[in-house]
Amino acid sequence: MKGLLPIAIVVVVLASVPLIVHSNVVLNFLVVTLLIALAGQGWNILGGYGGQYSFGHAAFFGTGAYVTGVLQVRFGVNAWVGFAAGIAGAAAVGAFIGGLVFRARLRGSYFALVTLAFAEVLRIVASVAPITGAGVGTLIKLDLHARSFQFESRAVFYWVILALVAVSLVIAEMLERSRFGAWLIAVRENEYAAMALGVDVSLVKLGAMVLSAAITGAAGCFYAQYFLFIDAGIAYGTWISIEALLTPIIGGVGTVFGPLLGALVVKAFGESAKLITGDAPGLDLIAYGSALVLVIAFAPRGVIGAVADARNWVIRRSMAVRSLPREASRG
Amino acid sequence: MLSPVILIPAILNGLLTGAIYALVALGLTLIYGVLHIINFAHGALLSAAMFAAFFAYHQLGLDPYLAAFLLAPAFFAFGYALQRFVIGPASHGNDRNMLLVTLGIAIVIENALLYAFRADTRTIDVPYAFQTVDFGFTFLALPRVVGFAAAFVVALLLWLIMGWTDIGKAIRAVAKEKLGAELVGIDVAHVYAMTFGLGTACVAVAACLLIPTYYVNPNVGNAFILVAFTIVVLGGMGSVPGALIGGLIIGVVESLSGLFLGESLGQIGIFLIFIAVLLVRPSGLFGAKT
Repeated sequence: MKGLLPIAIVVVVLASVPLIVHSNVVLNFLVVTLLIALAGQGWNILGGYGGQYSFGHAAFFGTGAYVTGVLQVRFGVNAWVGFAAGIAGAAAVGAFIGGLVFRARLRGSYFALVTLAFAEVLRIVASVAPITGAGVGTLIKLDLHARSFQFESRAVFYWVILALVAVSLVIAEMLERSRFGAWLIAVRENEYAAMALGVDVSLVKLGAMVLSAAITGAAGCFYAQYFLFIDAGIAYGTWISIEALLTPIIGGVGTVFGPLLGALVVKAFGESAKLITGDAPGLDLIAYGSALVLVIAFAPRGVIGAVADARNWVIRRSMAVRSLPREASRG
Repeated sequence: MLSPVILIPAILNGLLTGAIYALVALGLTLIYGVLHIINFAHGALLSAAMFAAFFAYHQLGLDPYLAAFLLAPAFFAFGYALQRFVIGPASHGNDRNMLLVTLGIAIVIENALLYAFRADTRTIDVPYAFQTVDFGFTFLALPRVVGFAAAFVVALLLWLIMGWTDIGKAIRAVAKEKLGAELVGIDVAHVYAMTFGLGTACVAVAACLLIPTYYVNPNVGNAFILVAFTIVVLGGMGSVPGALIGGLIIGVVESLSGLFLGESLGQIGIFLIFIAVLLVRPSGLFGAKT
């Protein structure tokens, strides 16, 4: 598989970082970045390849986080089982929302709105329901053992989230090469044309939504294990819906590496905005919002697209220079 | 059963609040009707307008109802510029991009307010905040009655603009058939920006009507915007009478569900209506079937 080589290289390079850098601050930054990259890859499957822009991926992130946390705290379930259940729970929520929404043929603005509304309903429910700890939130007991999915060293957490990101990269790569991926891209480009060619549009979208929800849900599960605390505002908050869509759009929407690249850019950008101006509230988000507008205005295919355009431009320039004398002699 | 003594004021208060909701929704539905996108910056613009009204009163001593005459044109110009110079050029005529650009603007405005004014919640005390009007069978708060009346005046004005002016005709032409409008010489970018400006002006008026009885903080718009989305969907995206009636319905539903179920569950009631309408009849009560 040709496409797997770049993934392997990127993952190996990233995996070697903790061997060189021992700073917990840096590792923590990278863990959060990879977490956002994973959530963004989930969004990218549905939004990037399928063209369905969700504004409520917090619904899946939060469900993953809460299922993982609540199963451990209230039912004494093992953390690894809780993690798997969290992914399954997020996928189930994706199937439920997708089933309702795509059956009703909601697209564009309507789709964005209804996903936002589902995330908000879940947030309100989680902030009053006793099982989630309501306003107090859910605190997972500290137990630094591998069997509890808790590690003393940041580096281990880092490798775990990197492994999850690696899986998500492989999924995106395989999606691009699969028949299902071709159907999904056809739906994005022209729903009616896809329908005319015999693609079951609702089913394809539903499949993408479930896959998308599972990946973003996995990010939520990891969040719960890493920070050991969640409440409704964190798990189902709009921040994660925004970051999940921001990263692929900035990196390169509908590309394998877009979300990872976008997460690195966005987080580095946000952190440096904080460093330059002090820790004033809102500044990093001002930077994100402006970046979103600027990228759409000037680089609609994200960083990856901009790099490709620049490379093509250089190649075309050098070709033009080389072919110039020949053109002249022919004339 | 509750006695009518409690029920009737609850319904009337719901109608009064609903009128202001309707005003916020009116701007949203107007923009949707013409540009065919949801303006996700609407809530942030409402927060910004409420801050403007707050400081107009606090620094300049300007009564919020008078400030409306100042803020409406100012926000009209701001909305016009936003669409003409930011949203339009940045989105390259692509609907998905337009959604994201309005979201980006919302994030910037909201956090610029947070950065400038912090998360503190502020209120103003106008002398008439607690005055009531005697309607014979019940008493209603004066600011709410004013808000109700003003919302209808604005709706009437909007209706007159849309029906009887050249720009109104151009807006309706672009909403119906963009390419055709372009062919007969209508400047579509200008019409889009005018529409966005009018929608933003509605928000500014709503902010001035809200500030005497409501608080302001950088996130205040979010509380209204989801309600406004619901109203717009319920009334039918793009429908002006739909927004008015939808606003009144949602106001009453919120007031009654707050009475019977308590605050936080009352909020869920609105979302459930929203999702149900979207799933069952996305064209709403008054929207044309698409």
